[in-house]
Amino acid sequence: MTGPGTLTGGGPGAPPSGAPRTVTYREALREALREALAADDRVFLMGEDVGEYGGGFGVSLGLLEEFGPERVRDTPLSESAFTGAGIGAALGGMRPIVEIMTVNFSMLALDQILNNAATLLHMSGGQCPVPLVIRMTTGAGRQLAAQHSHSLENWYAHIPGLRVLAPATVEDARHMLAPALADPDPVLIFEHGSLYNTSGELAPDAGPVGLDRAAVRREGRDVTLVTHGGCLPKVLEAAGALAADGVSAEVVDLRTLRPLDDATVVESVARTHRVVLVDEGWRSGSLAAEVAARIGEQAFYELDAPVERVCSAEVPVPYAHHLEQAALPQAADVVAAARRAVG
Amino acid sequence: MTPARQSPPRPGRRNARAAAPAAPAPPAAPAVTPPAPTRLDLLRTMLLVRHFEERCFELYSGREIRGFLHLYTGEEAVAAGVTAALAPDDAVVSTYRDHGHALARGVPADAVMAEMFGKATGTSGGRGGSMHIFDVSRRFYGGNAIVGGGLPLAAGLALADRMRDTGRVTCCFFGDGAFAEGEFHETANLAALWRLPLLLACENNLYAMGTKLAHEHAVTDLALRAASYGMPAWSVDGMDATAVALAARQAVDGVRGGGGPYFLELRTYRFRAHSMYDPDRYRSKEEIARWRARDPVTALAARMRVDGELDDDALKKLEDLAAREVEDAVEAARAAPEEPAADLLRHVVSPAEEPA
Repeated sequence: MTGPGTLTGGGPGAPPSGAPRTVTYREALREALREALAADDRVFLMGEDVGEYGGGFGVSLGLLEEFGPERVRDTPLSESAFTGAGIGAALGGMRPIVEIMTVNFSMLALDQILNNAATLLHMSGGQCPVPLVIRMTTGAGRQLAAQHSHSLENWYAHIPGLRVLAPATVEDARHMLAPALADPDPVLIFEHGSLYNTSGELAPDAGPVGLDRAAVRREGRDVTLVTHGGCLPKVLEAAGALAADGVSAEVVDLRTLRPLDDATVVESVARTHRVVLVDEGWRSGSLAAEVAARIGEQAFYELDAPVERVCSAEVPVPYAHHLEQAALPQAADVVAAARRAVG
Repeated sequence: MTPARQSPPRPGRRNARAAAPAAPAPPAAPAVTPPAPTRLDLLRTMLLVRHFEERCFELYSGREIRGFLHLYTGEEAVAAGVTAALAPDDAVVSTYRDHGHALARGVPADAVMAEMFGKATGTSGGRGGSMHIFDVSRRFYGGNAIVGGGLPLAAGLALADRMRDTGRVTCCFFGDGAFAEGEFHETANLAALWRLPLLLACENNLYAMGTKLAHEHAVTDLALRAASYGMPAWSVDGMDATAVALAARQAVDGVRGGGGPYFLELRTYRFRAHSMYDPDRYRSKEEIARWRARDPVTALAARMRVDGELDDDALKKLEDLAAREVEDAVEAARAAPEEPAADLLRHVVSPAEEPA
């Protein structure tokens, strides 16, 4: 489990040696990629515009110059072919990192992810593990409209055989990649588009983080707020607002969406007896629905109030700023839900 | 069209690095195309496949094999001829019609048959079935039952070999139906762009399930279209095992020599229906009879007989051997244990990740 992370703040001055550094989420991801490429020559990065362009969201900027075009490999706009090629290269002894520009585009590679990456180990009776990492951007908030903005990570979290990660802090952005690459099975990493420019402190001596446990990002007594990815800053903001109002909210960041860490959620609910689930996915069939079901199964008698959910409105994400914001979970919605739960 | 480049394989350069525990280590020496098969070699393979498939037909009718079953009868020359050109270290990716490819690649008939019986001794312990035969020890990376789905994966195997300079070739079997899939076109472009050591072995049996070639493709000359991606491509009589073997050797040598991907359109025909569920309404009896008259097993045996390489006794012995091997596989499969249902969740994730 990781410690509490800071998502904003940090001064611009250079820290003394050995002191925590302030980096952006994007820089943290890039450092992780650089470290992975330097550490193991089986590792390579491929995807649309990861090389000369520097990555659709600038994550891999400079890596082409450092590692060359064989290992930072621009691909044609062929999501299925290059994702499948990542699977095949993994079978062939490499450790590929495939970047898919957005989760909406990953639908074009869904055949390979679902029918090959997730199934080959089982279908082959254990002969074909697929040590592949797939990174992609998810989520809304940048006025990119209905084909670049959805949060579909819960679809992937539905699939046995995959591990699904949602780093929400710079620490997780920096340190989830190494254990993901060490995993013998396919790992999907969802990077929320609103997080790339956020910054936080990174301890110089931090190592790889665990991938099995959710993290308590803020401790509290009165209500548990469960979230992941791009909603974490909003939920922390809500927790701050609730604290000012005398409500002590605990914030649980799921981090790993498959396999879900029920224990941390249930443990928190057993202490607070009230829970709000915050998920940028659409409510119907959402990850929040799954977490709610598990709380119902495992902590029903701990609850003093109905489970509250704050999800995106069930609409394709619209372009106009006010409409988009109206569609997404907001800190004020979380505060309102928490107040309902606390009663 | 004839392949132009046939230079010797490049020596391995980065083979010293340890591979992942699960992945086979790169070979110590570069893979080399094996000697050309004899006609007897080809005939033996084809007879094994023929007997195996016809026995499967009976076993399915007797309800000992269930699920989808796609028989390779009629297409044996393709599997026999193409796999004969591959080195043991080369890789094969197959389709849902995969028994013939697996057997020709040397996957034991016992293990293939046991898989169809859903038994623990099957290639996947009964988790794959007829459409998903795997044998990584022979670099046989599976029957893939999503039409076209094996192509990107095959390109990835080839990419790993290219990045590590192993001299190995990956052969991907697929059909005329897959040629209409985006995954074929994406893969053809990617493989040509990156000059991947990939043999695209297109089994054109004239039907995508029940849809005629001319009803699924605006231009039915598949080799012509493949060539437009910048790879050597030509069509071959897929009912003639020696023609397939020769073409496959030329193509594999070209691929291994660094010539990038090659495409072979292997014109063939399946004698039986698409699957055991298929009433075969879309083909005339006359058409099937015309193709059966070109039976690749009978044709090869006849040519060998004319050339004095085979007589009735020798053929009978070969037939008996194939039949015996298949019957032994059936008996072994019947007697084999099942995987315990308690192990249902095995192999969903790798053992290190399973809860203690």
